[in-house]
This record gives sequence, C-alpha cells and structure tokens, in this order.
Amino acid sequence: MIKKEMIAMLLAGGQGSRLGVLTSKVAKPAVAFGGKYKIIDFPLSNCINSSVDTVGVLTQYQPLRLNAHIGIGIPWDLDRNIGGVTVLPPYEKSENTDWYTGTANAIFQNLDYMDSYNPDYVLILSGDHIYKMDYEIMLDYHKANNADVTLAVMPVPIEEASRFGVVVADEENRIKEFQEKPEKPKSNLASMGIYIFSWPVLKEALIKLKDQPSCDFGKHVIPYCHEKGDRIFAYEFNGYWKDVGTLHSYWEANMELIDIVPEFNLYEEYWKIYTKSDVLPPQYISDKARVDRSIVGEGCEIFGTVCNSVVSANVVVEEGAEVYDSIIMQGAVIKKGTKLHKAIVAEGVVIGEDCRVGVGEYADSKLSTKIYNCDLAVIGENSVIPDGVTIGKNTAIVGKTDESDYTDGKLESGDYIIKAGEI
Amino acid sequence: MRAIGIILAGGNNSKMKQLSNKRAVGAMPIAGSYRAIDFALSNMSNSHIQKVAVLTQYNALSLNEHLSSSKWWDFGRKQGGLFVFTPSITADNGFWYRGTADAIAQNIAFLKKSHEPYVVIASGDGIYKLDYNKVLEEHVNKQADITIVCKRVPSDSDKSEYGVIKTDDRGFVTDFVEKPTKSDATLISTGVYVIRRRLLISLIEKAAEEERYDFVNDILQRQKTEKKIVAYVMDSYWKHISTVENYFEANMDFLNPEVRNYFFKEYPDVYSKVDDLPPAKYNPGSNVKNSLVSSGCIINGSIENSILFKQAYVGNNTVIKNSIILNDVYIGDNVYIENCIIESHDTIKANTRYVGGEKPEIIVERNFRYGI
Repeated sequence: MIKKEMIAMLLAGGQGSRLGVLTSKVAKPAVAFGGKYKIIDFPLSNCINSSVDTVGVLTQYQPLRLNAHIGIGIPWDLDRNIGGVTVLPPYEKSENTDWYTGTANAIFQNLDYMDSYNPDYVLILSGDHIYKMDYEIMLDYHKANNADVTLAVMPVPIEEASRFGVVVADEENRIKEFQEKPEKPKSNLASMGIYIFSWPVLKEALIKLKDQPSCDFGKHVIPYCHEKGDRIFAYEFNGYWKDVGTLHSYWEANMELIDIVPEFNLYEEYWKIYTKSDVLPPQYISDKARVDRSIVGEGCEIFGTVCNSVVSANVVVEEGAEVYDSIIMQGAVIKKGTKLHKAIVAEGVVIGEDCRVGVGEYADSKLSTKIYNCDLAVIGENSVIPDGVTIGKNTAIVGKTDESDYTDGKLESGDYIIKAGEI
Repeated sequence: MRAIGIILAGGNNSKMKQLSNKRAVGAMPIAGSYRAIDFALSNMSNSHIQKVAVLTQYNALSLNEHLSSSKWWDFGRKQGGLFVFTPSITADNGFWYRGTADAIAQNIAFLKKSHEPYVVIASGDGIYKLDYNKVLEEHVNKQADITIVCKRVPSDSDKSEYGVIKTDDRGFVTDFVEKPTKSDATLISTGVYVIRRRLLISLIEKAAEEERYDFVNDILQRQKTEKKIVAYVMDSYWKHISTVENYFEANMDFLNPEVRNYFFKEYPDVYSKVDDLPPAKYNPGSNVKNSLVSSGCIINGSIENSILFKQAYVGNNTVIKNSIILNDVYIGDNVYIENCIIESHDTIKANTRYVGGEKPEIIVERNFRYGI
C-alpha cells in the first residue's frame, strides 16, 4: 500500500488582485520574480529540498501559465513514479459541484487525493510567499510536541501585526489564542499561512466544516481545532519571508535581491531554487551599455543603461534607453532613448522609442487606491506603448495602446489605460 | 525516421594543450552556456534523428556528465534515444577504441539492430547548424555511396588541420587528402558523413578484419576510387575546435552580432544541459563592455571583449580584457587578466596579473578558494 509520511497541498488558486494588472492574465503564483523565477518556485523548491516529494497544487484562477510552468514537475525533480506533483483544479461531481470557495474548502474537495497517499501529516502551503524553509525541521517539531496542528509563525513589528493572523502562545509555544487580522493584536507572532496537520485531525475538521461557506484555514479550521482543544503549536521561523501580495512589497522584494549580499541569497549552493527554464544563450552587454547594481537574466541584450533593476530573460534594452529601479520581465523590449523610473514591465511588453515612464508628481489612482498606491508605473503583459509618450507615476496600462490613447502624448500620474476589457 | 546518428567524440587533441587534460574536445565549453557537442546533438535532434550514439573514450567524465540525461536534446524517448558508448571489455574484445572505425566496429550491434536505412556520422567538435535531412536528400538524389559535408574555404588558406577535397563539376569527389602541408583546394571536410547503414556495416567489418581502425584513412581514403563519394557544400557558419587558437577564436566569434543572432535567434535552437543557476548579478563598480555573461556570475569589476561562462565571480577592481573565463571560476580583487583562457574551477588570487601574448595563454590555478 502506498504510504507517504507527509504530503504537501499548495494553494495556488488565488488571483492576487492587489498585484493589479500583473495578475490580469495569470494567477499570482505564476508571476515572475527575481529575473528568472515564478513565485511558486519558492514553495515547490522548499518541498523537494525538504524531501517532500508529493505535492498537490490547487489551481483555479487563470491556471494556464501555471499548468504550463509546472508540467509534470521535471524542474523540481517532482516527476515521480509514486507521488510527485499533481495539479488539482476544481472538478465536476455528481452532487455539490462547486468552485473552490475558500482555502480549506479547496483542500476538502481533494480529500480523495490526500487519502490515496495514506499520509500521517499534511503540509498546507500557499503559493505566494518568497522564503526558504526546511519543512522537515518543522515536522520534527510537530512530532516532538505531539501536536495536532503546527503553525509556522514569525515575529513582525507590532504595528504591522494587524495585517496578519496573530497567535498568542505560552512558554512551550502552545497556542492559547488565535486572532485573525485583529485591530488590537495581543502578540507580534504572525501566522505565515504554513500549517502541518496530523492527517486524522485535518480530515475530521474538514468533514465537520464542509458546509461552512468559504471555509478558510485562518478563519474557520484553526479556530475550530482550537475550540475543541487540539494541541496547536507555533513554530517560530526567523529567516527571510516575504509576502509579495502588493505591488510595493513585490517591487521591494525584487529590489532586495540586488543588495551586495542580499538577505535572501539566490547564489548559495545549499538550498537551490529550481524553475522551469528554457535553454537560453548567455546575455550580451554591448560596448555602449552600462549595467550597475542589477540582476540580468539569460539571453538579454543590453545596449543601453540598466541600473538598480531586475531584468528577466530575453529582454532587449536598446541603445540610449535607460532603466532605473525597475522590474522588466521576460521578452520585453525597451526601445531607443526611452527612460524608465520605478516601472514594472510585464512579459512581452514593447515600449516605443523616446518614452518617459514614471515621471512627474505622485497622484492618487483613479483606478483603485487599494491596489495602486505607490510610485510604480505598471505595464501589463504584451502591452504596446507607442513612441514618444510620457507616463506618470502610479499608473497602470494593459493592452496595445497607440497615440490616440494618450492626451497630448501623456498619461498623467494616477491615470490608467485598460484596453479591450482586460483588467 | 530514415537515419540514425553517430557522434564521434572519443578523440583527444594535444593541440588543445592543458584544456584537454580534463575533457574530451566534445566537452569543450563554447559561447558561455554550451559544450561543443551540443551543436552536433542539437542538429541531430532538429533533423528529427531520434536515435543517436555518442562514441567517447578520452577523458569521458566531463562529457558523460554532460550527457547524463538525454532530455535536454529531446532524446528521452521510448523509441530511440541517446546512447553513450565507452569502450568495454567483452568476451571477444579487450581493446580501447583504436580509431574511429574501430570505435564503430566495437559497437556494430548498434548499427545491426537498427532498421533505419541511413547513418549520419558527425564529430563532436564542430560548431555549426545543419539540417542533416538536406544532406540526406542530396545523398539520395545523387545516388551516392558516401556523402561528405564540406565547407568552402579560400584556396590560399592554411588547410593543414583539415581533410581537403577536390570535386568534379557534378560534385563528385575526385581527390581526398588528409591534412596536407600545401593545397590549393577550396573544399574541406567537416567530418560529417552520410552513408547507407548496410554499406557502413560492411565497410567497417571489412576494415576490422584487415585490422584497420581509422574511418578517414582506412575507409574513406581507400574507397575514394571504388565508391561514389559526393561532396555536399554548406555555406553557413562552421568552425572546428582543434587548437587553442581556433577554440579561442570560435568563442570570440560569438561577440559578433551576426554569429550570435545566427545561433541564438534563428530557428532552430541549440540545446544544452540546463543548470539551476540564478541570473547574473552586477554589483556596484561593475563595468561590462562588449561581453557575454552567463547565469550565476557575480561581477564587481571591469570586463571587456570577453566571455564569462557560468558561475564566474569577479572581484573588486579586477580588470578582464579579451579573455575567456570558463565555468565556476573565482577571481579575487585587483586582478588583471588579458588574452587568457582561465580554466574552469580555477581560483585566481587577489592582486595577481595574467597577460597572454598574441596567442591566448591558458591559466590553470588550483588555489584553495575559501580563506583567500
């Protein structure tokens, strides 16, 4: 009989709506990160590096790119005879067919998948955090405490704690109280959305709560387990962990990679991050180029200036173009004489000649102040920007734009262009 | 499929000097991210040849490691696949490969068990793109026994490294001279041949009986009047790695946008083993001009007209000009390097200076990396 001690369930179905136009066509876990990777590469690599070789990836929102990226799991060595990676989209059933309505509901709908591996423990992960973590150590901790549930937590500044699920633990780290996004946090230990459940405990809770609308781990499952007196422990993690859920935190996490010795180091031999990568030639830096304080991916051709930026594979920066403090994703083209400041340019974007992007004074967004509230000019995938236009700060553009979309060749700060119903 | 492939990658070449100490020529690193044999393998794959044998003998470790998985060239198939044959002692044979023909003879079962009518034989040291199907087509149209892929060269060029070919106006080979001291011919052999499988088996078996072991000297040369040999002329880029100088030159060719675009941007692609390396990182003080930089490099110094292979670390105030830095090299601070080839896994101590002459110098420095 098949037996896996611990299997992982990776939640990758969310849109990540606060990444704005970056997630208009892809789920957040499939968003590019660090010049080469996708966000989901981090939890997937953590799994294989922690000897967790059975991973169910739950997808729902715009799964095409994610499916293509994961494939049968070859880049992560997750192509296994038994186990390996399995993509789990919602499916039709003879009764109660439903989309995944919440994190725990998604897991509930895949009880059969988990049962088929006869696990002792189930690791619940989310596909939108940047970190390196050894889940095996967390499992040892879970076992040593004879725990039913173990939550990974990390200390955060108390003023930020209200953005997270907060736990209050005793001296033995057993959790006494659990607050979901509290106004007045009683502790600074924030839940990282990483859980180890003993399988019978999880199964019982999911079945018990199956009629709970939008059943969620933080809001329903953990409080349920807590009320019934399960042994819930907090596993404190002190390494680098970044939630890249907002445009600003996403930009910042990318920029942190550029530091001389970054806190989150991709260059260590130990604990490699794996990703699906094509065979690409080396990058070419021309005699007119200047590249400084940047990360540049394979196959790029740099003829202009790249400074303080993260540039993914196959990007072309033409002569005289200048890129500062920006993130440029795979295959984008920045034409002659164009200057970018604090821009996020998604895959396949073509920016015409002599444009100015990210200039002027900050202004509140006319599109959504919840999503767009920093200096960044964000250009969604495969957009086209015509020659000679000026684009302000805190702007969003999606689609093939031409001169007629810009008044006097200008897009003011805070403004947006969303073409052809794409949002 | 109409053809199977054989890649001869067994040879050593003393003209590669120290670079061949630890690798066969087929494993020589090329253009930042590739190995010489990737070009022949990719050509096979892109020509839809699904069954390929690589014959290797000299210092095969590096090559075997590179070929450890066939998936990179899309040979990981149930039908066919990639076979690596190194010499082995069997009941009827206890020899190393005594030559290219002997290498094939010792693996004659591979040819006999196949059912494809033709064999494409290539060498593992050519840098080129070629659709072997076109060669095969001409081979069939001209009803040739053997087709040799040739490259046109100026009549006054130095051909002492090559097999030189003369043809009549229909493209049939009239003369074939191996490594002549002087020749006014305009065609050289690229070491790529197309031949019917059954004919190859009989030629190889006959040579083995006569204890002749070299494909070019003992088979091609002796058959040049007996068999109908056709020259297929390719006009595109072709270079062959046989000396330190032409190795250096072939790498530097990739700084030329025409060569780079031909290999990297034009379909079909060249494939290689993928390493899980992060993108290259440019720290403050880095200054890179007209150079190729590969994954995993960390650059603090100045680099000009050079090629950095994977995972090079370049220290502060270090200057590198006109050089090739092979894989996983650590270069300390305040180093000056010009006209050199830095061997892979080298550690170059801080405050040192390496300057090659007109010919590039090969630097092998086995220093202890950590704690310098």
